[in-house]
Amino acid sequence: MKIVVPVKVVPDTAATLKVEDGRVTWGDAPLVLNPWDEFAVEAALQTVEQHGGTVTVISMGDESALEAIRKALAMGAKEAVRIYDDALAGADVRVTAQVLAAAVRKMGDVDMVFFGRQAVDGDTGLTPMYTARALGWPFVGLVSAFTEMDPAGRTFAAERSVGEAKQTIQAPMPAVVTIAKEFAEPRYPSFMGIRKASRAKVPVWSLADLGLDAPAAKVRWPEITMPPKREVKVEFIEGATPREIAEKLVDKLIEAKVL
Amino acid sequence: MSKIAVYVDHFGGKAAAASWEALTAAQTLAQGLGGEVVAVVLGQGVDALAQEAAARGPKAVLVADDPALAEYVPDAYADTLVALTPAHDIAVWVFPTTMRGRELAGLTAAGLDVGALPDVTDLAVEDGKIVAIRPVYAGKLLAKVETEPPAVVTTRVRAFPAAEAGEATAEIVSVPAQVSDTAQAVKSLGFSQAAGGVSLTEASIIVSGGRGVANTDKVPGDEKEKAQKGFEMLGELARLLGGALGASRAAVDAGYISYDHQVGQTGKVVSPDLYIACGISGAIQHLAGMRTSKVIVAINTDPEAPIFKVARYGVVADLWDVVPELIQVVKERGLAKEQA
Ligand SMILES: Cc1cc2nc3c(=O)[nH]c(=O)nc-3n(C[C@H](O)[C@H](O)[C@H](O)COP(=O)(O)OP(=O)(O)OC[C@H]3O[C@@H](n4cnc5c(N)ncnc54)[C@H](O)[C@@H]3O)c2cc1C
Ligand SMILES: Nc1ncnc2c1ncn2[C@@H]1O[C@H](COP(=O)(O)O)[C@@H](O)[C@H]1O
Repeated sequence: MKIVVPVKVVPDTAATLKVEDGRVTWGDAPLVLNPWDEFAVEAALQTVEQHGGTVTVISMGDESALEAIRKALAMGAKEAVRIYDDALAGADVRVTAQVLAAAVRKMGDVDMVFFGRQAVDGDTGLTPMYTARALGWPFVGLVSAFTEMDPAGRTFAAERSVGEAKQTIQAPMPAVVTIAKEFAEPRYPSFMGIRKASRAKVPVWSLADLGLDAPAAKVRWPEITMPPKREVKVEFIEGATPREIAEKLVDKLIEAKVL
Repeated sequence: MSKIAVYVDHFGGKAAAASWEALTAAQTLAQGLGGEVVAVVLGQGVDALAQEAAARGPKAVLVADDPALAEYVPDAYADTLVALTPAHDIAVWVFPTTMRGRELAGLTAAGLDVGALPDVTDLAVEDGKIVAIRPVYAGKLLAKVETEPPAVVTTRVRAFPAAEAGEATAEIVSVPAQVSDTAQAVKSLGFSQAAGGVSLTEASIIVSGGRGVANTDKVPGDEKEKAQKGFEMLGELARLLGGALGASRAAVDAGYISYDHQVGQTGKVVSPDLYIACGISGAIQHLAGMRTSKVIVAINTDPEAPIFKVARYGVVADLWDVVPELIQVVKERGLAKEQA
């Protein structure tokens, strides 16, 4: 099987974020592979371990994207491509998806694309659906397990979450899926994996390589702001006994109209 | 007249309450852009749901009641929504940001080749543009985003007031299902119902437990058995209050409780009226999922725990002492919404 995993680099979730002139900065906090994408890489690796094939990661972004790519390579992905073009500054989700879809087409013979659920910077979670439609492939979201994987028969079935329940969906290949956290804990890269990844040469494709004209974004992000500081000052509830504490707390919650 | 269409999300005919919140947001857009609001219901045997939608103030309810839509399949549903768009002159689609709402929004926006503003908490129309506010970086920051219609918007659950139910005056219009060959090849093989109860993202009260839930000498057994008893206790309080049970990632990772209860950056983002955090330290990734709750109560033995920085009320005590008493007080004062 040939599985492609699009990955994104994001600031560490513990980074202290600041806003300057309507843009985000995170000082020298590290950049990491988007946590949701780790699950997608893990799921792709497990799938080729069982059914044979290769995992290729792609990331659209400047050189910082190599942080994410190298982590995925260290985990065990075989190949990687970075997509970069000056004309992609200001790309929205729709443009990103068109670019990722063009890259998947250029690779040829791709059976499945495994996405993360969302990127923890923009929290958009729409790139996978846009990409599925750009490719004209079926979409199955939030997969927690594959109950069937039959590359020769060109079909698979997946268990996935719809909130109230788990749904099992069967679909033909090629297809686009997103991987949920329940799928499996992502593996730690081995020492060998890290060494290999650090030496890997990652090819860069431009829009011209993909045969695309610079697509225009439809969604703009004019400004990012800090949310208004919430004026909460904690009031400690004390009492001689747990019973007294519980009574006082309930009084307070009734007063605050939440009980 | 062009239309603002709201997708009424449902599971087996039961509406997601967030759909009625999306209707409120759609009315704002209709006022700003001109046009009227319609609700859209897809499925099979969804008459009752269409009536329910008709009572929430839209001009019309478009209903595709069709065997091809009997089981929810994202591609089939999205194809139908895309096909409805030109046929009914729909300028903007509004979806509630439920799991289905989000995926349908993405597929529909892509199918129409328009921009999408996902998970918005505020909306306005300025010079014919749709301008929205949405939380990014797990709610640590707010982004202003904008696009011109035609467009797709999804509303964050509990960010807009629900459109109130009144008389069902809206016209009910039957519309066709449209399922492409690609979507027809995708089959739903069935659902396994998850544990019932109130949905975490829609709950107005959440009782949450962390690693501290397993830390007690009051009950016998190993760590897991203790944790299980502890979460039973928190679950009872949640049920009594008509709320839902949440958890920290540490509790989920330790196997105390299943992942669908996880609140936080890699779990669910919630915004209830009342969030009671028991034995949760308040790591930044946990706060990311619950910091916009209206009133936060923290019960923790450590007075230095960061959770107290976002809490309105703090209790420095053992949760195993306080929670049983809370359950008692709630019962005795007749505050229980449900008999546990
Ligand atoms: C990429 C990434 C994503 C993450 N996503 C999430 C996420 O989505 N959600 C999430 O929650 N975390 C997430 N985390 C993990 C997060 O950093 C913390 O590790 C986690 O939230 C800690 O859970 P906790 O508060 O239950 O445990 P701890 O930090 O161990 O806190 C336990 C608390 O219980 C108190 N306690 C102990 N015994 C008692 C008792 N008997 N009574 C009362 N209090 C007691 C202690 O004082 C302590 O404060 C993520 C981390 C990373 C790196
Ligand atoms: N620039 C990018 N390059 C490669 N993959 C991406 C990029 N942006 C988003 N993705 C993928 O799309 C998923 C959803 O991202 P988003 O829609 O931005 O929340 C991520 O988890 C990644 O798998």
